[in-house]
Amino acid sequence: MLLNENRNCSCNNMDNENEDEGRRIDCERKEELLQNIRCLEFAINELALYLDTHPEDRKALCLHKKYCNELKQLRDMYQKVYGPLTITYPCNKWRWLEEPWPWEGGED
Amino acid sequence: MWTYNKMLQYPINIKCTDPKLAKVIISQYGGPDGELAASLRYLSQRFGMPDQKSKAVLNDIGTEELAHLEMVGTIVHQLTRNASIEEIENAGLSAYYTDHGVDVYPQAASGVPFSASVLACKGDPIANLQEDLAADKKDFECTLAKKL
Repeated sequence: MLLNENRNCSCNNMDNENEDEGRRIDCERKEELLQNIRCLEFAINELALYLDTHPEDRKALCLHKKYCNELKQLRDMYQKVYGPLTITYPCNKWRWLEEPWPWEGGED
Repeated sequence: MWTYNKMLQYPINIKCTDPKLAKVIISQYGGPDGELAASLRYLSQRFGMPDQKSKAVLNDIGTEELAHLEMVGTIVHQLTRNASIEEIENAGLSAYYTDHGVDVYPQAASGVPFSASVLACKGDPIANLQEDLAADKKDFECTLAKKL
């Protein structure tokens, strides 16, 4: 997915001579990572709702644990490169303002 | 407490402008069976629940409804953000625009502002859960109506 400029996509230290191409690949990677994070968040959320009423279900608990571990890894990876998803992620500079807000999608 | 996640629960990237559609969808934001009502219903009822399971369910669903609220607000915002004054007038949104401009205001499709009178918290777990079932059914029908 090709996102527009002003997304601070160059912060992953990608050493690419063709900057536009590098940015395009980077944005695709970013969107792909974010999509995987969303999937895991959704699955964990639904599993949590199920576990609220079925706390003894070992299979659901096992899946929940697996997805939580995967989510932690992906979130760490994402935030390190693209900036914080929550204000609890420490940065050397205030990167919370750099990425567009979630409701600002779809603009050309 | 809550911590904000800087992402939507599901991505929304609307490129077209359609204030008429926004005028209907806004009911799912602040209408009687919208996401705000759902969230407040669950989060308010949870305090009086008798056991761990029911407290957890209302707490966690009420939280998820807030994520839905953000998505519906995003849809309304994106459908109207590039609308011309003429398009706003044609959609019957002149009065809305006069009072709220480009903000997304919690109101029903009819223009009635959000009110907690659309939800019930009766201090009785069974009465509350019955209310939740009814509200969820209305919410579903509200969604169906939008497909027509």
